[in-house]
Amino acid sequence: MTIKGKAYIAGIYEHPTRHAPDKSTAQLHAEVAKGAIEDAGLTKDDIDGYFCAGDAPGGLWPMVDYLGLNTKKLRHVDSTETGGCSYLIHLGHAAEAIAAGKCSVALVTLAGKPRTGPMPPRASGAEADFELAYGATTHNAYGMCAMRHMHDYGTTSEQLAWIKVAASHHAQYNPHAMLKEVVTVEDVLNSPMISDPLHRMDCCVVTDGGGAMIVTTPEIAKSLKKPLVRLIGHGEAAKGPRGGKDLDLTYSAGVWSGPRAFEEAGVTPKDIKYASIYDSFTITVLMQLEDLGFCKKGEGGKFVADGNLISGVGKLPFNTDGGGLCSNHPVNRGGMTKILEAVRQLRGEAHPKVQVKNCDLAIAHGTGGLLGVRHAASTCILERA
Amino acid sequence: MSEAKKYNAPVTNPETAPFWEAAKAGKFMIKRCTTCGEAHYFPRAICPFCFSDKTVWEESSGEATVYTYSLMRKSPTGPYAIAYVTLKEGPSLQTNIVDCDLETVKIGQKVKVVWKPTDGAPLPFFTPA
Repeated sequence: MTIKGKAYIAGIYEHPTRHAPDKSTAQLHAEVAKGAIEDAGLTKDDIDGYFCAGDAPGGLWPMVDYLGLNTKKLRHVDSTETGGCSYLIHLGHAAEAIAAGKCSVALVTLAGKPRTGPMPPRASGAEADFELAYGATTHNAYGMCAMRHMHDYGTTSEQLAWIKVAASHHAQYNPHAMLKEVVTVEDVLNSPMISDPLHRMDCCVVTDGGGAMIVTTPEIAKSLKKPLVRLIGHGEAAKGPRGGKDLDLTYSAGVWSGPRAFEEAGVTPKDIKYASIYDSFTITVLMQLEDLGFCKKGEGGKFVADGNLISGVGKLPFNTDGGGLCSNHPVNRGGMTKILEAVRQLRGEAHPKVQVKNCDLAIAHGTGGLLGVRHAASTCILERA
Repeated sequence: MSEAKKYNAPVTNPETAPFWEAAKAGKFMIKRCTTCGEAHYFPRAICPFCFSDKTVWEESSGEATVYTYSLMRKSPTGPYAIAYVTLKEGPSLQTNIVDCDLETVKIGQKVKVVWKPTDGAPLPFFTPA
């Protein structure tokens, strides 16, 4: 069985806020849910599947209750928690559920306020006694990946900087972007070193906010008014040090999730017109582009340099909303916004300055957890129908 | 500096208690599977490679090389160097490089285990050999 073409993204909404001290987290979930339902042209009572992750206050059932979802209709729920890529996995799982007839209109929400206040610590696993004392954070865990990638492949800080430069070129056209200023390679290199070799501008923004989507059947999608966007391939995977054997931090679980998604979709990286690539840090983008097959392992530095990721300039327009590096990384989780901008591109609703011409095939890919420690990855291939 | 940090005592559990008992005697233990022969870290009862339950404790030389590192400069307790080091016996593990000029840490550098006290068992760190 395949999910190819069995599920459509009929509604999307990205909260315009980047700082929400005046709202509750549950309220933000409700606001993005309302936005996505209205974008689809549906009502709350149409929802019969609900998906949320660790950012939902109290988890799944408290959110179902708070949102007032119709529990006589709600017949499929999923609280898969894989950090920032949870929502990419939710999209795949929603498609599976729809293909199996377990639900017909699925709502997926993400929201939270890390900019207003600190987030609760991540629960630790069996490794706790053997790792917590060493102070792994997002910054230094990704720093360790970048350090080894530079050592093994000669990747440079200048090449990584090009990823931020490209994101900033796109963010200037997004009125909601947290950072709208176009920056140069020199700006990135001159920004303070946070955790070697990553500078401040190699890091994504910290934002309050959220996003939501509606995933539905082909029949229901076709009865609505929005341009048709469907999921044609999905992959998921996980990677960790696994007992410490053959440790290699220069690749991510995308080496497994990517081929699974491309195979199901029946397309190759060369066919992709637009790429939403998880950008918690510049190194995240570079490694994932290699892992997904947009270039060979080790050649990501050359691939991203000289504006190759800038829409209208380079060969692979990426994160045309400004991405996590410049626009929005709500709840420290970039998976939802990756899907939302891919859908905008396929609908032809991206900003005219960054809209990719004849954009009929896109990828949305992300990781969750810590790339240098333990993480999951998910790849979605989306098509304009 | 990381040397001045206070570290929480390991919680320990029945699966890992022998590691921490050995640590109190200054011994750095890894696990080896007698079925497939592979060593692993952190210690598990069941081999993560072949899933055999025939795993035994083995004292590591504590000698390792730096696989990668990152010098975290923005920390309320001061800069520290997180790293993965690869033990002579094979397994790689997460740690901090301590008791040295952190600016001199390099990939490929030889390091050795050093213990830092807690209110319970000490914790293993690595320092230039």
